[in-house]
Amino acid sequence: MSPTVSSSKNPINEFFEWFGDLGIFFWQVMRAAVTPPFEFRELFRQLDEIGSKSLPLVAAAGAAIGVVLSLETRHSLIRFGAKSMLPTAIVFSVVHEMGPIVTGLIVSGRVGAGIGAELASMKVTEQIDAIEASAVNPYRLLAATRILACILMLPLLTLTADFCALMMGWVSQALAEPISLYKFINDGFRGANFNDLLPPTLKTAMFGLIIGLIACFQGMRTRGGAGGVGRAAMNSVVLSSLFVILGNVVLVKLIIIFFP
Amino acid sequence: MVTTDRIATKQEKAEDDGNGPVVAVEDLHKSFGSQKVLNGIGLTVSRSETLAVLGRSGTGKSVLLKLIIGLQKPDSGSIRIHGRDIAGLALDQIGEIRKKIGFLFQRGALYDSLTVGQNVAFPLQHHTKEMSRSERAGRVRELLAEVGMEGDTEKMPSDISGGMQKRVGLARALALEPDILLLDEPTAGLDPISAGEIDDLVLRLEEEHHMASIVVTHDLHSAKAIADRLILLHEGNVVIEGTFEELQKSDDEFVKAFVRQSWEDICRERRV
Ligand SMILES: Nc1ncnc2c1ncn2[C@@H]1O[C@H](COP(=O)(O)OP(=O)(O)OP(=O)(O)O)[C@@H](O)[C@H]1O
Ligand SMILES: [Mg+2]
Repeated sequence: MSPTVSSSKNPINEFFEWFGDLGIFFWQVMRAAVTPPFEFRELFRQLDEIGSKSLPLVAAAGAAIGVVLSLETRHSLIRFGAKSMLPTAIVFSVVHEMGPIVTGLIVSGRVGAGIGAELASMKVTEQIDAIEASAVNPYRLLAATRILACILMLPLLTLTADFCALMMGWVSQALAEPISLYKFINDGFRGANFNDLLPPTLKTAMFGLIIGLIACFQGMRTRGGAGGVGRAAMNSVVLSSLFVILGNVVLVKLIIIFFP
Repeated sequence: MVTTDRIATKQEKAEDDGNGPVVAVEDLHKSFGSQKVLNGIGLTVSRSETLAVLGRSGTGKSVLLKLIIGLQKPDSGSIRIHGRDIAGLALDQIGEIRKKIGFLFQRGALYDSLTVGQNVAFPLQHHTKEMSRSERAGRVRELLAEVGMEGDTEKMPSDISGGMQKRVGLARALALEPDILLLDEPTAGLDPISAGEIDDLVLRLEEEHHMASIVVTHDLHSAKAIADRLILLHEGNVVIEGTFEELQKSDDEFVKAFVRQSWEDICRERRV
């Protein structure tokens, strides 16, 4: 018994064990999600919860990003004598990268911590056991609904962030040098096509999957009282942000390959 | 017995249709890491029978109940419910059995994001699709009235006392009209009057609905009132099984100490 115990304390083993458990968890959630009864009420509640909680944060972050991008790009493009490219540069960086990743990270923080703490406290107070004892599948009722809500909400929140960023990008341009919104948008999206907007926005659905999955997993495997709840919330945030950033690398590469 | 017939397969029916036990546990072992908690426990409960489980804190009474409903897996041993071993069952088959078991958690385990009324409605919402909204509301009122909580339907669990949470938990456990009740200290933290009411409720359920109940309790007074048989757990084993009087007459040092101590406590409390 003792050799296995000491070897499982090894961080590499622990990592693989964690990954294996995550895989099993994902499988159980998937299996529960595709078989009836479907928990529509809980799904709508979660959509509302996740959407309404993250919306103001995402909008504010988007707006701030718009201003900063606008200031920075203006400064560099003027130096290189490419000022006419300004709207295009802003639109592309917002829609391709800044909007999606900022939304992903904000939601990791807000929703990741929320779901992690909520499910962890349900776990340590035996509420999840109580659900199971009532012959209801907690993977279906709690995890599947939250993960699906994250997957559906992230692209919408990303569009909101994009919109706020572009608006504030325009405002700060217009303050430096008058330009109409129409011209800004028109110049910005000239040369852009569907492949510029759709894949980067839809990739955030993957961020949603990562955030929802990790937060539910960390929450539902919690042990050990109030300390455990705090740890679960922290781990959800840290791990989901980390995997959003790492996943983004892969997704960007894939998008470049498949939507050149 | 409709459910029993549906659950039991043909061969098993013979055993079940007679006066066979509703819950039969045999040689159950459970350890957590190196800590042995249950070490070969066996017990049976039949229809219209209440078994009280006694034992010191930490002997594994709550673990025993969780094993019976399948929330934890035993290391070895068998658990038969209506004659069916739950070990090999798929999740949806276990679900069918769980619908007929009412489980009260030691700390209530109410859903803290739902009101008292919604907590009691939870099993109904998930398992009685044919019930209309108003029928369900009526049933919730009825259940809460049974445990004396009809006035607090709209309150959140965090806004009611521990004893009240326990009673709501009991109402929730009764929602689907189970034929087996597993109660983890239903009267702990209750005043003598409320505790007496809960005892009466358990007795009435046993008589009217022929429920088989396993009640974990530290309350000897309540155990004496509701139990047909008692078992006393110590160090992972059943040290004695019998009626209350048989326990009192036992020569075993531990049984004597346990029964005498608890009984004296009760008498002292009563006098004060
Ligand atoms: N999930 C678990 N992981 C590890 N150990 C556990 C777990 N659940 C219970 N135990 C251990 O099993 C033992 C029995 O616990 P249990 O809760 O069944 O006691 P109990 O008889 O119900 O006590 P009480 O009367 O105080 O409620 C305890 O020592 C406890 O530490
Ligand atoms: Mg206990």
